[in-house]
Amino acid sequence: MLIELGHFALILAFAVSLVQATVPLVGAHKGWRPWMAVADPAANAQFLLTGFSFLALTWAFVTSDFSVRLVVTNSHTLKPMIYKISGVWGNHEGSMLLWVLILTLFGASAVWFGQNLPPRFKARVLAVQSMIAAAFFGFILFTSNPFLRMTVPPFDGQDLNPLLQDPGLAFHPPFLYLGYVGLSMAFSFAVAALIEGRVDAAWARWVRPWTLAAWVFLTIGIALGSWWAYYELGWGGFWFWDPVENASFMPWLIAAALLHSAIVVEKREALKSWTILLAIMAFGFSLIGAFIVRSGVLTSVHAFANDPERGTYILGITGVFVGGALTLFTLRANRMQARGVFGLVSRESALVANNVLLAVSCFVVFVGTVWPLVAEMLWDRKLSVGAPFFDAAFTPFMVAIAVILPIGAVMPWKRGSIARAVRPLRGALVLAFALLALTWAVQTGNSALGPIGVALATWLVAGAAAELWLRAGHRWPRLWRLPRADWGKAVAHAGLGITIFGVSALTAWEAEDIRVAQIGEPYDVGAYTIRLDSVDRVEGPNYLSTMATITVLRDGSEVSVLRPEKRVYPVAGMPTTEAAIDNGITRDVYLVIGDRQDNGGWAVRTYIKPFANWIWLGCIVMSLGGVLSLTDRRYRVAAGARRAAPPMATPAE
Amino acid sequence: MRALLLSAALLVATPTVAVQPDEILDDPALEARARSLSEGLRCLVCRNENIDESNADLARDLRILVRERLVAGDSDEEVIQYLVDRYGEYVLLKPPATGANLVLWIAGPGMLLLAGGIAIFYLRSRRQAAEPETDGLSEAEKKRLDEILAD
Repeated sequence: MLIELGHFALILAFAVSLVQATVPLVGAHKGWRPWMAVADPAANAQFLLTGFSFLALTWAFVTSDFSVRLVVTNSHTLKPMIYKISGVWGNHEGSMLLWVLILTLFGASAVWFGQNLPPRFKARVLAVQSMIAAAFFGFILFTSNPFLRMTVPPFDGQDLNPLLQDPGLAFHPPFLYLGYVGLSMAFSFAVAALIEGRVDAAWARWVRPWTLAAWVFLTIGIALGSWWAYYELGWGGFWFWDPVENASFMPWLIAAALLHSAIVVEKREALKSWTILLAIMAFGFSLIGAFIVRSGVLTSVHAFANDPERGTYILGITGVFVGGALTLFTLRANRMQARGVFGLVSRESALVANNVLLAVSCFVVFVGTVWPLVAEMLWDRKLSVGAPFFDAAFTPFMVAIAVILPIGAVMPWKRGSIARAVRPLRGALVLAFALLALTWAVQTGNSALGPIGVALATWLVAGAAAELWLRAGHRWPRLWRLPRADWGKAVAHAGLGITIFGVSALTAWEAEDIRVAQIGEPYDVGAYTIRLDSVDRVEGPNYLSTMATITVLRDGSEVSVLRPEKRVYPVAGMPTTEAAIDNGITRDVYLVIGDRQDNGGWAVRTYIKPFANWIWLGCIVMSLGGVLSLTDRRYRVAAGARRAAPPMATPAE
Repeated sequence: MRALLLSAALLVATPTVAVQPDEILDDPALEARARSLSEGLRCLVCRNENIDESNADLARDLRILVRERLVAGDSDEEVIQYLVDRYGEYVLLKPPATGANLVLWIAGPGMLLLAGGIAIFYLRSRRQAAEPETDGLSEAEKKRLDEILAD
């Protein structure tokens, strides 16, 4: 019964979204206030209805209601509770429901936090947001209904893909979707501004927090996915340039560009049309990502629901929204005149350079991702584009961004000089070169990657510190009174540096050992001694495990005892490897147990992964920077000032 | 239940994970070459994984094949050519910059030049632009803008 109610609520939400997509738009056009006012309660109602629908499905998973087809195919009574819940979005239908839930959540938050928006503009934003919601409600209801029943409920379910039964992956999709879908707000704001025919500083001020929030969520989501790949896939890779990873990375790059260009619109009233274009493209890439994951045109580790019909539908949604927005864009391009005047060397120019590099690097990722498809369609060539291509084609852009970032960050608006901008950064520059020389001298082997990575990371982190010090006028007490936005900026930039350091250190200095280990016979890997103590059969709640006990020693004293596993999930009929990792600040010791060998030993793989955790630490620091910026009082003051003013004081015209 | 689970488990093939100890060549120099070649070769039945990382049986066969060719005295290029002849260019994770693939390789630098050119053109025009005299906002809008922008 609850399932049918959930289904019904979803249909109602679809109906509400259709109303919200049209009535406020007409109201805004004609200037009819009651019609515009429909948007607010409608957005709330959509969210509540979708929320109820989502809860109904979650309930079916929690209680293992095997009369629901989706529960049968993705759950099992023996599965731990957390994975019963995460199983809701561990499949195509449920994840689409989560997608629209977040979409309506953002719509509703535009109502909750959008008190300072002019009513006409808000009505248009909510209408556009609701159009997107309507498209996805339709998609779920017509092609991917999660509420289908079984005619004959089976005794038990078929279990969730064991790879997905993992804490890292349980929370990876919600964050990723919060990011993807959060960019729909930037899109709605952009389209509403195009309909309105006005893009100004206030618009940029409104759109930035939403973009920033989406970017923070995307950062966390991507980091979780990469962390999961690191410990789950059994050899410690953290990024594969897989089509689906690229699908999440492209919106991230564009969102980062959008954050920066919106600053130029806000402070200097320039780059308006480019910013609007970025806002459209950011969400466009989210939609393309959804298409890549769900259509199966590009085979990938992640692809679920390889279904041409669904792919076509999503491609249709992408075409209509991006195409429609771009058409509107060309019609209104002449309305978006730049105002600010500035020199070639200025903060504005630095931000333009940032945008060029981010956008072109995104373009490289895009071309590389779709190239196999293009080559097959046009020349009938079946080829692969993998990590070696992306490493070679993408990395130079990140290096260039890291080089110019600290200089751009201290560059004054309007007109500056490079020499004067570099002056406060001298210390950072010297430190970076000193560490470059030091790492070059100390490292074994002569890879350039390690030292360059260290130098760039130092340049970014020390540059961020130098910038804060400069803004505080070289006085400690003032450092703590700087606006949170300044802190957020510096922290996020330093986070990028930390991630660059982690990636290059891990790639450059990883040590690896693969051998047949005999029980009780220690051997050395790098500075560590590894001893296989025993291998046992262990039974988990819904799996069987071959668990090794391995002692890691350094200079004769025990560092830790690790238990890598090989698991078999009988219900899903799938094996997984569970690496055991001793996490450390300077290195991870990463152990994987393999097969029993003929001579009685076991295949054991040992990796010493230097500074691996810094990759994700950097991502956390980047997100933290974003959050700091979001809590800046300027955003709150703007909201508060509006609320204090009489509601009718500022009509839209 | 335990017996049932166990028998079910035995029906499932146990995974062989990535490079196996018995595949490794005795000569460290040859092994290092094998590893660096493997990183650029795709496991054909997998999804964008190289043969070094993959657990699939085919990847194992390819790893052994690469090592056999190296032991037989092939150069790196000859090994790659041998695999491309057998499996097509699909096996290469880094597509060679020949023919139509040139577009793929030039796309990034070309776009950078184009975007950089447009950006510089734009920035130069901004330098010379005259500040528009009125900003076209009504009094109410100005007041509102000040409210919003007030720190």
